[in-house]
This record gives sequence, structure tokens and C-alpha cells, in this order.
Amino acid sequence: MTAADSLLVHASGLVKRFGDVEAVRGIDVGVRRGEAFGFLGPNGAGKSSTMRMIACVSPRSAGELRVLGMDPQRDGPRIRARLGVVPQQDTLDNELTVRQNLQVYGRYFGLSRDTVRRKAVELMEFAQLSDRAEDQVEPLSGGMKRRLTIARSLVNDPELLLLDEPTIGLDPQARHLLWDRLYQLRHAGVTLILTTHYMDEAEQLCDRLVVMDGGRIVAEGSPAELIARYSTREVLELRFAPGHQRDALPVVATLADRVEVLPDRLLLYTADGEASLAAVHERDVRPASTLIRRSTLEDVFLRLTGRSLVD
Amino acid sequence: MDNASAAADPGGTPAVARPVGSVRAALLVVEGLWAWYRRNWRATVVSSVVQPVLYLLALGFGFGSQVRPGEATQGLPYLAYLAPALLVAGAVQNAAGESTHPVLSSFKWARTYWGIIATPISPGQLVAGQLLWIALRLLTSGAAYLVVAALFGALTGPGVLLSLVFAVLAGMAFSAPLVAYSASVRDEGQGFNAVFRFVVVPMTLFAGTYFPVSQLPVWVWPLAWVTPLWHGTELARAAAFESMSPLPTLGHLAYLLAVLAVGVLLTRRQFTRRLLV
Ligand SMILES: Nc1ncnc2c1ncn2[C@@H]1O[C@H](COP(=O)(O)OP(=O)(O)OP(=O)(O)O)[C@@H](O)[C@H]1O
Ligand SMILES: [Mg+2]
Repeated sequence: MTAADSLLVHASGLVKRFGDVEAVRGIDVGVRRGEAFGFLGPNGAGKSSTMRMIACVSPRSAGELRVLGMDPQRDGPRIRARLGVVPQQDTLDNELTVRQNLQVYGRYFGLSRDTVRRKAVELMEFAQLSDRAEDQVEPLSGGMKRRLTIARSLVNDPELLLLDEPTIGLDPQARHLLWDRLYQLRHAGVTLILTTHYMDEAEQLCDRLVVMDGGRIVAEGSPAELIARYSTREVLELRFAPGHQRDALPVVATLADRVEVLPDRLLLYTADGEASLAAVHERDVRPASTLIRRSTLEDVFLRLTGRSLVD
Repeated sequence: MDNASAAADPGGTPAVARPVGSVRAALLVVEGLWAWYRRNWRATVVSSVVQPVLYLLALGFGFGSQVRPGEATQGLPYLAYLAPALLVAGAVQNAAGESTHPVLSSFKWARTYWGIIATPISPGQLVAGQLLWIALRLLTSGAAYLVVAALFGALTGPGVLLSLVFAVLAGMAFSAPLVAYSASVRDEGQGFNAVFRFVVVPMTLFAGTYFPVSQLPVWVWPLAWVTPLWHGTELARAAAFESMSPLPTLGHLAYLLAVLAVGVLLTRRQFTRRLLV
């Protein structure tokens, strides 16, 4: 097995154009077997466009792409047979029951009636939807539908699972249930590629991730590496009444490696939060409240894209 | 590459997924649509079977009682003259219904087509399955209509079985181009009203279902001749009344098959263009 073979997904100079819009502008990505790989980025960064090319439902405009060692253009059906896909927007059949959705979908993969019947039972268990088996999908809650979409993506026992914002619209409890399920899958050896807007999710789930912005990859590494490279050990948050944070800016600017200005607060990036806070007080700055915390991916994201994900 | 290490295995049973042949793939799409139909068939029976039967009753028995058999009715009682034609008109109307909103919805609201092409099934196979499904719907609705018409004594003989084949062919010659159109619609489908108002309704009124086209002003004739309905009606009556002659039959068949072929090609192109972006 060569190095390239152990890459389940290998893109180089990958480009996607929609007319004049260049959604993906030449990215290089390698995803190894068994890892959980993340795409982060603000709206319109090109995450879904990339995911759809990997899922072999969107022809690339330029560059190279290999998925499971094959060329999506030539071997699309053979690749798709071994993929699980959770698209950003659900494509469930709302007029069928939960069980029918799983069975019908499994049949498209060439599975026998017997197999899909068994599979449906297992997957409803997995997604905690067994008690809704014979219910129509339409009136299910958004979170239940999302869980069903994820269950459905597993019907063919995929080697590679593509999840485009899997936990979008889920309440915290449902998100944690989902994370739990994704851990289980990884443990079973499934390779995961996911996009998300939740930094905690990325930190929890991803072994490695890339940050995309404007169709390009702007950083790559493990969550810990990215934090080490693009942020400081600690962050001192100074909260002010909205608008007043700018008054304090010139005074505290020299107390940290870097300062980010948010609508209601200043973020001071520093190795030692306590020391910086003492210095702030010494200079007679009186924020409404303060907080010292460790750097997170959120801070990396802010640094790299100039945008906060929460706004 | 090693396949066995695969397996999302939440519950245990490993599935062996693989792409299937094109014919199987199309049949699997039909199976998926059947799963829907099994739950919802009641709602479709009224429009697809009851409606043509009501026309047969009102016009065949009611209005027909005032019509004397003559040259215009090929020497037959009006009921017998009308029965095979309504079979074709029903098929074309059903084709119109099945080829518009359900198709647009599968792209736009239900988005089920997007789900299907994420599996090994290709857009071309999806098209084959969708069209095959419509053909099956036309076939079963037509057969149900024939059973009812036979009970009313409206049928002249076993030739109507061949009429049924022609009705499905005419319906599909109308369906395929319409599915291609529906696949190109990006708005909410406002154009469908125009299709029904300005194509389907005039066609069923003037393309030879209730009276021969020759009763109309000469300038209307070509308008009737381009409709699949007229060709299907000519074929269905000839088959039902056992009055088929080779040349017209071949002509009608060739026309319907040509329109169907063009429609299928257009549909494949529209589906591929819309789904693989
Ligand atoms: N089918 C399409 N036709 C035209 N433009 C498109 C299409 N799909 C995406 N785009 C454009 O490509 C760019 C990238 O979109 P994409 O959906 O890949 O972003 P994303 O990173 O997934 O964003 P989000 O976080 O909002 O989901 C955007 O400018 C978008 O408008
Ligand atoms: Mg997206």
C-alpha cells in the first residue's frame, strides 16, 4: 500500500466554479483512513461545494480528485456505493414512514430486501427512533429528521461518511447524542469528513481540520496544533457596555500579543491571563466584567477569517 | 484497497453495497415510488380512474343517447365510439398530472431526487425509473378504466387491450417532453397552469376524442395532428374496432415513438444538468 493509497480522499488544486463564481479555488486536501477530518469556514467559504465534489454528485471544474482511490468522474457509482452522505439540507422522503425511508434508500445500494429490513431495525435503534418506526416523517421534529438522515447515510455500511453540518438545528442534548454516535462509528473504523459551524464540535470530533475562507484553505492541522500556532495559551475577555470597549482599546493594546474587538468586549491574547488582568486594573480600566479562559478553535477562527462564528 | 476493513457497524449486520445494472437501478427507482404509492393510492384513484368513467357515463350514455350512429361515429353507437378514445384521453391527462408537480417537487420541495443521486444510481437511471413509473401508472389506470367500461357494456371486443398499449404510448409521448419541462422549472411551477389550460384542455376537446377532427375548420387540423393524443386516439379506435390498416398505423406509431424518444433525451439532459451541478 503506497502513501497515496492510504488517503481515502486526495485533492490537489481542486477547483469548483459556478458560472463566474469560483466557490473552491484550488485546494489540496488529504484524508487518511480512519481519521475524522473537518472543514471549518464562514458561510460561503466553499465547504459544501467541496463536500459535494467528494460525494461524486458535483463534477470538478479543475484540479485532481481521488476518492477511495478512484476518479469520481469515471467511477462515481462505484465510489458512491461505499459512501454515506449527510447533505446540508435533508432529502428525506417526507411522505414515507421512518422505516420506509431506511428500507427504500438501502435498496438503491443494491441491498436485498432482507438486508434492508434488518438494517432498518438496527439503524432506528441507533438513532433512537424505534418508537417512531411507522410514523410518517413529515411531522417529526427537525432533530429527529436529522437523526434519521444520519441513520439513512449508514444503511450501506459506508467506509467514508460525509457529514455537511450534521448537527445543524439540533438542541444541545441531541447534539451530544449525535457526537456519541459519531464516536461509535469512528471506533468501528469509519472515516469521517464533516463541516461544522460549531467550534466545540470540531474540537471534540476532529483529529485534523482545515479552515476555509473564500474558497481557499487558510490553515490546517489538529485542533491543538492550530490553537498553538494561531492563538496564545490564554485569553482575557474584558466585557463593556456596548460601544465603550473602544475607549479602553488604546490603553490595553500593549498588554497583549493581540487584541480582538467584538461588539461588547475586548479579547486580549496573552500567555498569562492573570498577569494581564492585573496590568489592566493597574491602568485604571474598569470593565463591567472579566473572564480568563484557555484559547479555543473559536479564537483561531476569529484570527484567520476575521469573523466570529457566533455573530 | 481493502474493502473488509470498512463497515459502519452500529448494530452488527454488514451490508454489501454495490452499484447495480441500469435496468435494476430503474426498477429500484420504481420500487421507491411504489412505496409512496402504496400509502397514497386512494387520493389518486379519483382523478385517474373515476374521472374518465364519469365522462364515459355523462357523454357516452347521456349525450350519446341523442347521437345517431353514422359516418362520424364509424357506424357505431356513440358510447362504443367514445370508449377507446376516453382511454387515451385519460392516459394523456394522467400523464400531465404525473409529469408536472410530482417531478418539480422531487427537485425542489421534497428533494428526493437529490437523495437518490447520492446513491450509486445515476441521473440517467433515475430518469428511466421515473418514466417507467409513469408508464406503469398509465397502464394500471387504463386497465381499471377498461374493466369499468366493460361492465357498462361500452367495449366492442378484445381489441381494446391493444388500444391500452397505444394509450400508454400516447400518454408517454406527452409525458416525456413534459417531464423535461418540469425538470427545467425553477419557480413555483406557475407555468403548469398554462400547460393545463392551453395544451391539455384544448387537446382533449379538439383532438378527436369526442368527434372526428374532420368536423373542425381545416386550419385547425394541423394543430390536432401534432398532439400525441390524436395519434393515440386514431390507433386506439382502429385497434378496438379491428379496422387497422398498415400504413396509417405505422405512421402514427412512428410519430409517437419519435416524440417519446426526443422527450426522453431532453429529460435526461435536464435531469443531468440540474442534479450534477
Ligand atoms: N449551485 C450553485 N450555483 C451557483 N452558485 C453556487 C451554487 N452552490 C454554491 N454556490 C456558491 O458557491 C459559494 C460557496 O458555497 P458553499 O455552499 O460551498 O459554501 P459553504 O462553505 O458550504 O457555506 P455555508 O456555511 O453557508 O453552508 C457561495 O458563493 C455560493 O453562492
Ligand atoms: Mg454549506
